[in-house]
Amino acid sequence: MLKVASIKNGVVIDHITPGNGLKIFSKLNLKDIDEPVILLRNADSSKAGKKDVVKIENFYDLPLEYLGILDSNITINYIKDEKIIDKKSVSLPLKIKGIVKCKNPRCISFEQKDVSPEFTLNNREDGYICSYCEETTSLKRIKL
Amino acid sequence: MKLNCKHLCHSLDLSLEELDYLFNLAKEMKKNPAKYSNSLAGHILGTLFFEPSTRTRLSFESAMLRLGGQVLGFSDSDQSSAKKGEGLWDTVRVMDGYCDIMVIRHPKEGSSLLASEYSQVPVINGGDGGHQHPTQTLTDLFTIVTEKGSLENKNFAFVGDLKHGRTVHSTLLALARYKGNKFTLISPSELKIPAYLREQLTKMGAEFEESTDLKSAISDADVLYSTRIQKERFFNEEDYLKLKDNYIINNCVLSHGKKDMLVLHPLPRVNEISIEVDSDPRAGFFRQAKLGVYIRMALIHTLIKGGHTNA
Repeated sequence: MLKVASIKNGVVIDHITPGNGLKIFSKLNLKDIDEPVILLRNADSSKAGKKDVVKIENFYDLPLEYLGILDSNITINYIKDEKIIDKKSVSLPLKIKGIVKCKNPRCISFEQKDVSPEFTLNNREDGYICSYCEETTSLKRIKL
Repeated sequence: MKLNCKHLCHSLDLSLEELDYLFNLAKEMKKNPAKYSNSLAGHILGTLFFEPSTRTRLSFESAMLRLGGQVLGFSDSDQSSAKKGEGLWDTVRVMDGYCDIMVIRHPKEGSSLLASEYSQVPVINGGDGGHQHPTQTLTDLFTIVTEKGSLENKNFAFVGDLKHGRTVHSTLLALARYKGNKFTLISPSELKIPAYLREQLTKMGAEFEESTDLKSAISDADVLYSTRIQKERFFNEEDYLKLKDNYIINNCVLSHGKKDMLVLHPLPRVNEISIEVDSDPRAGFFRQAKLGVYIRMALIHTLIKGGHTNA
């Protein structure tokens, strides 16, 4: 079994759905970070069978809402002196603004790049309701 | 009475108590117009109509003039700086220095809510795309109260373009808040109510069914609400032509309805209600258009001055 070094200080993004690790690596621009970063794909998981994991040394500031939309299964471990000092589950945020655009071509925000609707979570199946037109943008159609 | 909302963007912005208040004030204004004929002297209504309108714009203008106020604005986006590429927010910011209250019609959904975020003066939604038309809803509710005595325990049949018809969306949601109402929604399958509206109605506990059969659906209706197929909302002409004459209300259709059924239509009609129906006492759509002026008077007055107490 592959052994991967633990980190001393930083964050571990754990329980990432297999395949999403690379996406998170890319969306968080981790290639531009000067600190050590580990991307582990298809690691064994007692919960889900397989998982992806991202470890970032000397880094704590993660956009949790954004991660919640990218993959609501993940948990984040905050590490200090090789000990977990905090653990957070990421879930779909109830409200989001500035991350998603409305998919309804009739919405006032659709063609106006400066107009940013607030979205309210309807439910996991349906997605988010736009504050302007009230149409739902499904999670499947949200491309981050 | 001071309304809880500064702007009216959605038909659910007003509470049932506030609606009752506006109905009573509109009734009083209709009965005693002289009392209010100078009550908004010195105030200006801005009319920002980025889409064509006859009834809504002129009804608002009539309402403001009957209250002693004045009106300025434009009736087509070609007459505004929108044609030069100006964003709605800039038009609104400029206009709010020129008027004390403004009404906006715009083809995009959510436009009046966006405008309200930039305006210091009250914004009234005069129709935003296929989304909402709350003052048509006020007109519809006021007409039903005036003609049928109450907004509860009624059977409503809505027929026509239920997908794009913003008046249907606004009025359905507003009526669903009153107890005992049942709704039959009659449309071709392509023009059913949008999914978000169906979900909202379900969450509100509204009793409704969807149908394609007009004749059988109207036999129990207390109010038959007809709408035009919204040609301007179709992306291609062919789809419009295929659906435009699906439901035509004529004397034969009306013979299936109750003797005291009220027939409403937000107007303009194209050919969904035959002219022969106009002479039937159940045809309430021209009375409805007239009542729209009084309820808009009540709304403007209350948003600017707080209603009865400041006549």
